[in-house]
Amino acid sequence: MEWDWNFVWEIMPTLIQGVKITILATLLGSVLAAIVGLAIALARRSPNKGLSRTVGFLAEFIRGTPLLVQLYFIFYVLPDIGILLPPLVAGVIGLGLHYGTYTAEVYRAGIDNVPRGQWEAAKACNLNARQTWTHIIMPQAIPPMIPALANYFIAMFKETPLLSAITVLELMNQAKSVANTYYRYVEPMTLVGAFFLVISLFSVVLLRWLERRYGRIEK
Amino acid sequence: MTQWSGYFGLILQGALVTIELTLMGSVLALIMAFLAGLGRLSRFFAVRALATAYIEFFRGTSIFVQLFWAYFVLPFIGISLTPLQAGVLALGLNVGAYGAEVVRGAIQSIGREQYEACIAVNLGRWQSMRHVILPQALLVMLPTFGNNAIELLKATAVVSLISLTDLTFQAQVVRSQTGNTMVPFTTILVIYFGLALIISWGVRSLERRMARGLDGVRV
Repeated sequence: MEWDWNFVWEIMPTLIQGVKITILATLLGSVLAAIVGLAIALARRSPNKGLSRTVGFLAEFIRGTPLLVQLYFIFYVLPDIGILLPPLVAGVIGLGLHYGTYTAEVYRAGIDNVPRGQWEAAKACNLNARQTWTHIIMPQAIPPMIPALANYFIAMFKETPLLSAITVLELMNQAKSVANTYYRYVEPMTLVGAFFLVISLFSVVLLRWLERRYGRIEK
Repeated sequence: MTQWSGYFGLILQGALVTIELTLMGSVLALIMAFLAGLGRLSRFFAVRALATAYIEFFRGTSIFVQLFWAYFVLPFIGISLTPLQAGVLALGLNVGAYGAEVVRGAIQSIGREQYEACIAVNLGRWQSMRHVILPQALLVMLPTFGNNAIELLKATAVVSLISLTDLTFQAQVVRSQTGNTMVPFTTILVIYFGLALIISWGVRSLERRMARGLDGVRV
């Protein structure tokens, strides 16, 4: 089977539409993952043992099971108990929750990395818990986390094709439907691969820049 | 009430396929990780370039796209794979690329003095690698390899989309036959989590075994 450039140009507009959804899902998923990760990290530091253990186990469970199955769960099981979500929303929630459990570890490392003296100084200055977090700990903890967080967002981007399994019309799904219509797999599938490769290579450059700008978390 | 016992049998069959895939994928990933990881440290530019290209390519495109490419595009250039072969190939090559970076990092983390000691006792390149560097580096690699194996286990869910009858596929079958979504999906989530726990437990005990006799040697 030969590579056909005319066919490539013909299917390009459809694929570009898919790309838009892929990027939208990644952005929304990243925002959600950043929030969920912070919530998990804070809950695990809570003095309330019940809360920190429960959240810890749930995060462990989500991290130990496949994203695809979680997406099915959100998409097929939740409607049974009355929560009907559009595919894209279900997909973003799945991505955000799954990667939130990973970003939680980044937050944990970042927070642990703030020297003890900073906590003690905050206490000595009579700051309350909220002030300590917002003015002392977070401003120092977040910059070194940025490269590590970005790394997970790139990983998430590479998982977005899974959303095609719950009928989100992202890049992979558009490519599959084009392939099934014309019964030509070589061009659509290769283009999807090339597209992911190009974006990932660019994001590696971006990541190196972020690492230079903000430094890495020392383990 | 639905007759559940038959359906659980179906899901157990799926579990066997998932385990089989995870094991075969891990073996391929391990081989690729060492080939590419050592390749990146080679003296020869061509070998280094080849290993880097392999690693960047497979880390840059998503596992999902690679799997579809292996299953749908390779037949057009004359290589027909069964779903199982395509699954093992894509999973092994993908996770192997991540593992290669682990191998490289671990070998580079071994101190300079070890290499100098090897030269001092007149060991060849291969001998020092085999008897001095690798035995120490393996211990550094193990925890991350464990995580990679769990990632591989989770990635096996994707093969259900190329009609391989693994856990996720069987859950979909049960869903379409019974109309019940909660039971099959919850069951397979628990099974995946159990498998992930077994892997992390196995890796931890292997780590303890290999660390025996190295106390006081490592800092």
